[in-house]
Amino acid sequence: MNREFAIEARGLTKRFGDLVAVNELDLDVPRGQIYGFLGPNGSGKSTTIRMLCGLLMPSGGSAVVLDTEIPGDARLLKPRIGYMTQKFSLFGDMTVLENLQFIAEIYSYPRRERGDRIEELLERYDLQEQRKQLAGTMSGGQKQRLALACAVLHRPELLLLDEPTSAVDPQSRRDFWSALFRLAEAGTTILVSTHYMDEAERCHRLAILDRGVKVADGTPTQLQANTGMHVVEVVAEDPYHAQVVISDIPEVASVTQLGVRLRVLIPEEFGAPPGIVDSALRRAGLKAKAECSSASLEDVFVAVTLKPRKAAA
Amino acid sequence: MTSLSRILAILVKEVRQLRRDRLTFGMVVGLPVMQMLLFGYAINTDVRNLKTAVADQSNTHLSRQFVAELAQTQVIDIVAAMETPQQLETLLRDGRISVGVHIPHDFDRRIVDRTRAASHLLVDGSDPTILGVANQLRSMPFGFDTGAVSIAAPRVIEVRPYYNPERRTPVNIVPGLMGVILTMTMILFTAVAIVRERERGNLELLINTPVTSAELMIGKLVPYILIGMLQLALILGVGRLLFDVPVRGSIVDLYLAAFAFIAANLALGLLISTAARTQFQATQMTVFILLPSILLSGFMFPFEGMPRVAQWLGEVLPNTHFIRLTRGIMLREASIGELYGEVLYLLGFAVVAMAGAALRFTKRLD
Repeated sequence: MNREFAIEARGLTKRFGDLVAVNELDLDVPRGQIYGFLGPNGSGKSTTIRMLCGLLMPSGGSAVVLDTEIPGDARLLKPRIGYMTQKFSLFGDMTVLENLQFIAEIYSYPRRERGDRIEELLERYDLQEQRKQLAGTMSGGQKQRLALACAVLHRPELLLLDEPTSAVDPQSRRDFWSALFRLAEAGTTILVSTHYMDEAERCHRLAILDRGVKVADGTPTQLQANTGMHVVEVVAEDPYHAQVVISDIPEVASVTQLGVRLRVLIPEEFGAPPGIVDSALRRAGLKAKAECSSASLEDVFVAVTLKPRKAAA
Repeated sequence: MTSLSRILAILVKEVRQLRRDRLTFGMVVGLPVMQMLLFGYAINTDVRNLKTAVADQSNTHLSRQFVAELAQTQVIDIVAAMETPQQLETLLRDGRISVGVHIPHDFDRRIVDRTRAASHLLVDGSDPTILGVANQLRSMPFGFDTGAVSIAAPRVIEVRPYYNPERRTPVNIVPGLMGVILTMTMILFTAVAIVRERERGNLELLINTPVTSAELMIGKLVPYILIGMLQLALILGVGRLLFDVPVRGSIVDLYLAAFAFIAANLALGLLISTAARTQFQATQMTVFILLPSILLSGFMFPFEGMPRVAQWLGEVLPNTHFIRLTRGIMLREASIGELYGEVLYLLGFAVVAMAGAALRFTKRLD
């Protein structure tokens, strides 16, 4: 009972026909933390979340979610987890209040405390003015706040959020994340999938998924410290030509353009990185300045999703 | 564990959504009334005023009297006079008349010669109802004012139509129509019910809550049972008011029979709902059930007259059994106890379909 981790998955696999959506995934999610899934579309984030809450049957492997075996009796788990779907899944033809009342009823929330709880949520998620509004007519941000309010109404120990911020503006995203931190402080474990780097950076820990495989995991700082790459930032007058020249250097693993700057990744086994880049640029007669830099999360993402391609080549 | 409060929550939600869905709400009331008016006024097997042309090549006092008597039956309406039977054939083929009367030039002689027909009816046989009516004309007694010969054959059989002595079509149609309307609306509503939630994404949320399949199904069915009862009252009211259709048996029996029938249809709709992926598919499958429910149930054609295979298929459909119940209770004053076999079948059908739906509906996405 009461293991250290809210979720422990070993070798979790899901196949849809010939497609392997999630491949041999190992996962340890500590209690009371925000754990991020970072990955492009189709990397297996949604599939993993759906397996963890019993919506999909794993093709292989197993998991222990809140001390409950998966696959197993998911019924016992349902009242203890909250789930927010990628697409808005509340009832668009019912009002905000009616949706909340319905969810409270479904989770058998104690009748006497129900009214207070709903008022508290309306207040916390800034929905008081919308209480009589049909959910389908609200803005993206409002819908998302309602979805979160419904997902946490029954005070779940574990909250699973599947790309919760994909349809909202930056301000709503900021508010949403501060709400998540409040929940985590109160002891809720949160598993959230995203494809935004800035969101991934806010997580306590994260796993990077690529084509169904976990390619890295750890705290954002750990990941940034252990990329296994030198990062060189180049400021060039002619970034396009500079990029062509740098790509031709055999040691370079990847070049990414950010405005007039170029982020160059060179595996750590090659020494003196700014020198290689600098001399190549000078030989080509291009005006540019190359400097060593520390890895951003985006560099980490590029580095870890790059590896399998190099290995295969 | 099944919880009554969760069933109630689903039920309240369904009613709320139904109230806001104007199209469905309109269908609840509009569809039965519309169908009653359409079928009640349009379907009429009591045929009158068939368009008729006459080619009287005899043109005697007797033949003119014969034509006048034919016209008096009001079964035919003489719209043209022609010269030859060939002209009648042309009109018939063009669809401008349904019946042609050919009176040969030796009509007066033929009428006393009982071995030969005195005249010919050319009938559009492409419509079996018209053919049947024309056949009735054959037995029309024809009295001569000459009084010389009586050719009226002695009547061997006299037909006494029980339960509908005036032979009014609505009296026959409305009890059957009840079954057709309820089949259409009940199956359609529930067939779409779960698929719609799947399409809108609501289902992914619902199956992540502690709601069980049984709670979800029951909560979704109950409001529609009430709607079915409401529709039944509406149909009976319109039938009474506009077409003077009687309910000779017990109204309680009728509602009990309807309850079994509605339950069977709703369960069938749920079964469709678990098989269909989209609302469009669900609608298609409903039509697939509805057509035989109209054609093979005995609503349109007498059940006994159908080929054996069609009878087997018809026997499976809930509507076949319900029509036997409604005709029995409403027209023949039968009690539900005398027709218990039909009720048992409907209840059995509901249980089997419901079990099938609950088995097929898993709380998973794959």
